Amino acid sequence: MARAPTTTDAFNAVAEPRRRDILNLLADGERPVNDLVVELGLAQPQVSKHLRVLREVGLVEVREEGRQRLYRLQGRQLKPIHDWVKRFERSWNERFEAMDELLEELKRKEHRDDGNGE
Amino acid sequence: MTAMASSGTAVVTLPSDTEILITREFAAPKALVYRAWTTPELIKRWWSAKRGTVTVAEVDLRVGGRWRYAMMTHSGFEVAFHGEYRELIENERIVSTEVYEGMPDGEALNTVTFAEAAGRTKLTILVQHAKREHRDAHIESGMEDGLQDALDLVEQVAISLV
Repeated sequence: MARAPTTTDAFNAVAEPRRRDILNLLADGERPVNDLVVELGLAQPQVSKHLRVLREVGLVEVREEGRQRLYRLQGRQLKPIHDWVKRFERSWNERFEAMDELLEELKRKEHRDDGNGE
Repeated sequence: MTAMASSGTAVVTLPSDTEILITREFAAPKALVYRAWTTPELIKRWWSAKRGTVTVAEVDLRVGGRWRYAMMTHSGFEVAFHGEYRELIENERIVSTEVYEGMPDGEALNTVTFAEAAGRTKLTILVQHAKREHRDAHIESGMEDGLQDALDLVEQVAISLV
């Protein structure tokens, strides 16, 4: 199934592990670029490049405060990805619920068999 | 004796670009979960859930042995998977390959572990693909059905409006 181009951008943006690290750091709150550079242990140009990609797909927002550039997560943009995984999760949940029923039956059967054996 | 039938919900995470991790807890000892997981007659009872009927559940439970599951969805769509067992530790761990027959290039390596604590079992499934495209397609394979459910629902609503 082909994805819509805009969604593909967000998906591609989070496919890069470093960019996911950035999103994880920003999940705790707004951060200046320098903070991210220190936390990630990357060179500033690399961090800026990743931030640019994330900004282009709307996953982060930036604002200027004095001489600092502060980055913040736009959680709403992660929703398509969240929904994507959730659907997969739902199909597994349906399987596991069927397993729950089966396991209850197996437990009852074992219990009964134990009782008969005594 | 009564026990909670529902033990919570599955948690799906994507630990890396090529992996899927699924975890779920069951209110049963691991020997029973392992039996439900590996016995053909029992697999037929849960693998398709309510989405269809399991038509094939072949299990040759030995290292190098092959497995194949197939189901027919209510909408008449056949879904089949097969693979080979690589490592088996009874009631503990199963490592096997998995190929979705709709996408034969995308062979994954699945590691299933069964961990028991206080009579409950935590099941962990780690799916490792070689490429991100395959991992992504794997996640989307679950959606074809979901989409079909949605379309069926639309159809029902449409019929009720006639």
